[in-house]
Amino acid sequence: MKRFIQPGITVVYALFILISLFTGFEPGREIGSNFLTFALSMLKILPASFILIGLFEVWVKKEIIQRHLGEKSSLKAYFWILLLAGTTVGGMYVAFPVSASLYKKGARTSIVIAYLTAAAIFRIPMAIFEASFLGLKFTLIRFAVSLPLIIISSELLGKMIENSSMKTELFPEET
Amino acid sequence: MIILYTICGAALIASLIADRKKTLKALKVAFKKFIKIAPAFSIMLILVSVFLHIVTDEMIIKYLGDANSARGIGIAAFFGSITMMPGFVAFPLCGILAGKGVPYSVIASFSTTLMLVGVISFPIEQKYLGMKAGLLRNAVCLVMALTISLIIGFFYGDFTS
Repeated sequence: MKRFIQPGITVVYALFILISLFTGFEPGREIGSNFLTFALSMLKILPASFILIGLFEVWVKKEIIQRHLGEKSSLKAYFWILLLAGTTVGGMYVAFPVSASLYKKGARTSIVIAYLTAAAIFRIPMAIFEASFLGLKFTLIRFAVSLPLIIISSELLGKMIENSSMKTELFPEET
Repeated sequence: MIILYTICGAALIASLIADRKKTLKALKVAFKKFIKIAPAFSIMLILVSVFLHIVTDEMIIKYLGDANSARGIGIAAFFGSITMMPGFVAFPLCGILAGKGVPYSVIASFSTTLMLVGVISFPIEQKYLGMKAGLLRNAVCLVMALTISLIIGFFYGDFTS
């Protein structure tokens, strides 16, 4: 049953958009154009991102990631991961596949979670954009407050996942 | 964007020179990973396109425009969690809200939940983190976003009057 839900939604949605196009149903047309805008902005970033992920998996040695971001890594691991997250482009749809590769190369759970959080709220290009609309003071406070919270919440979440059945579901083989 | 493709191109060429076989393998890995997650991407795009139609900018401005701080932070967190928009749409919208006199704590609540908490992107998240860890991450991030908003509100004096 479950495997029919997704194709079902997709087909119904496609039919709805098509019919809207032909009958000139305005909300349907608008939803269709929303879809296109988003799909295009994603498709611009995704190919390069996935190629870089592929190159990372092939070239970067597991020992290097394990040593710097693994179980025995120090607080310095946060410096590296914030640097990587801070320069990640795109949204969470890029961050998730990157986090999967980091995890498989031996980064510990907390560090991977920190990457995801930081890729959402600690991105440098985004900060510049944010400051131009909300002021430098806002952005500076937000970054200063976020930094300790990212580390605390990641350590907490990482421990919770490590010590439960959630660990077995984390980043399955095909990701 | 240009920087991303320059780095990608340079890395690809360097990889090709170093080892053709490995490069081919990297491309295969990239392609496989992309195909595996593509269905979840398309579901997310469908959800985004429908949500953006239902939850419009005008609606967000209307609801956040005349709310006081405490209630505003809650409403903003709700909108931020259920919607998803790229930065180039979100921050100008935040700028409009600031111009309308919406407290900074409310704006922070909207923008941080927008980035951290993802109801729409959950189909993707679930594929990577699993159902339970995904839910837990969103819950923790929601608390984190609210904490950030409260501290920002404190700095801007949103709660003093």
